[in-house]
Amino acid sequence: MSAWINQHRAALRDALRRLASSPLNTLLSLFVIGIALTLPAAGWLLIDNAQNAASSAAGTQQISLFMALDADKKALAEIESRLKLEMADRWRFVSREEAIKHMEATAGMGELIASLPKNPLPDAFIVEPLDVAPAAMEKLAANFREWPRVEHVQLDSGWVKRFDALLRIGRLGVGMLAAVFAMALVVVTFNTIRLQILAHATEIEVARLIGATDAWIRRPFTYFGALQGGLGGLFSALLLAIGSSLLAEPVSELAVLYGASFGLQGPSAGLTGLLTGAGATLGWLGAQISVSLSLRQHR
Amino acid sequence: MIVCSAVGKRYPGGLTALDGVSCEIKAGEMVFVTGHSGAGKSTLVKLIAAIDRPTSGSIVVNGQNLSALRGSALPYLRRNFGLVFQDQKLLFDRSALENVLLPLAITGTPIGDATRRAQAALDKVGLLDRAKANPIALSGGEQQRLAIARAVVNRPAILIADEPSANLDSDSAAEIFAIFRAFHQVGVTVIIATHDPLWSESPDGRALHLAHGRLLT
Repeated sequence: MSAWINQHRAALRDALRRLASSPLNTLLSLFVIGIALTLPAAGWLLIDNAQNAASSAAGTQQISLFMALDADKKALAEIESRLKLEMADRWRFVSREEAIKHMEATAGMGELIASLPKNPLPDAFIVEPLDVAPAAMEKLAANFREWPRVEHVQLDSGWVKRFDALLRIGRLGVGMLAAVFAMALVVVTFNTIRLQILAHATEIEVARLIGATDAWIRRPFTYFGALQGGLGGLFSALLLAIGSSLLAEPVSELAVLYGASFGLQGPSAGLTGLLTGAGATLGWLGAQISVSLSLRQHR
Repeated sequence: MIVCSAVGKRYPGGLTALDGVSCEIKAGEMVFVTGHSGAGKSTLVKLIAAIDRPTSGSIVVNGQNLSALRGSALPYLRRNFGLVFQDQKLLFDRSALENVLLPLAITGTPIGDATRRAQAALDKVGLLDRAKANPIALSGGEQQRLAIARAVVNRPAILIADEPSANLDSDSAAEIFAIFRAFHQVGVTVIIATHDPLWSESPDGRALHLAHGRLLT
């Protein structure tokens, strides 16, 4: 067990020494890996921020139930009791008198309302469901439409749905981009490690002759790949942080112009961790493939 | 300790390097494999060290049949051997001490312990004062002694050397021989392939004469 720990410690030390021994190469590799990870991560961040902006602009999502104009107190009570049962207290009642008062108060509407012979507005219930996912909202609305004396159910989720679909396409695009760049990262590491193996060919040959296992030979290279990938991931998080801090001010200015309060979010600790972890895993994978292939060739 | 039974080795292309060689080497023996150039000396020691596999016959080392050994077991078998190669195979990107540390790194020996043992091995071959030198800066004889230090640092039971005195002047060769003899005297099994008649006539050793891939007795 302690021999095993010693071997791993030695492999890590070896990998660090190799990283430090050619700083220019290391820096260039980190750049390539960092940029490869930055592109999909930036896309992800963009979508994340767009979603934040959308939900802050949309406020709370509601479903409005408009009653028939001739619905009586009994019909209203019926709907009330059903809502109590199904929606607990996540709804409120807006009577037709309230609605018209609210309209009169709105600039420019007062005269128009006054010219009407009678109140054209129906009684209404406003429901604010907990689950605001478009599909759930749609289902709820369909349910409400079946209720007696409900004339019209309005679900203001059309644009939410469209936006959601757009985000889904965006996410898919980012996913594909991520897959392509992940492959690139594996290939870059593969090549770096291949060159390193060539440079260490004599050492590998000697080590084999005097009793090194394949795992022992592989270890410093896989550590190197994982370290390089992980550092590349950190580097891309740094690039993202710089990019979003540069964009933060113009974006919030724009938000103010639209009367919204919205701030651009930089990479979170979670995203930084994800990038580092993904970089390390992919680097490890590239190194693993590279060493395994050349060990098989030189058997 | 080592039993070869009707060992044959034919290289691709039809060259027969060994043909029906049977021999037994007991623990603690010093054995010289001799013969003319191309007689199969190197081939035999390579087969015993499991660097190459025989095309016929079998070699049993410490009760293990080398032909039946799985590839993954090979490294552990090799750790029983101390190997000194004809071309030394030293690493010129590190110091003499670090060359000797390599076998200990492979077995995962703690660095402090490993350094002490590597220094002791260098001391045994008279190179302790050159521990920090790069092998390239060492003379031919010193390089060969460094290779021996690396071979013995893991205290192997069997020391195998392929033409250790090739390219050395007679004084250096004598030094090298004295070192092998010292290991033999402390109980290590020593197998040396050599064309040097002075070595094989040593009274404390036994000679296996090869000619054209066959054993002469």
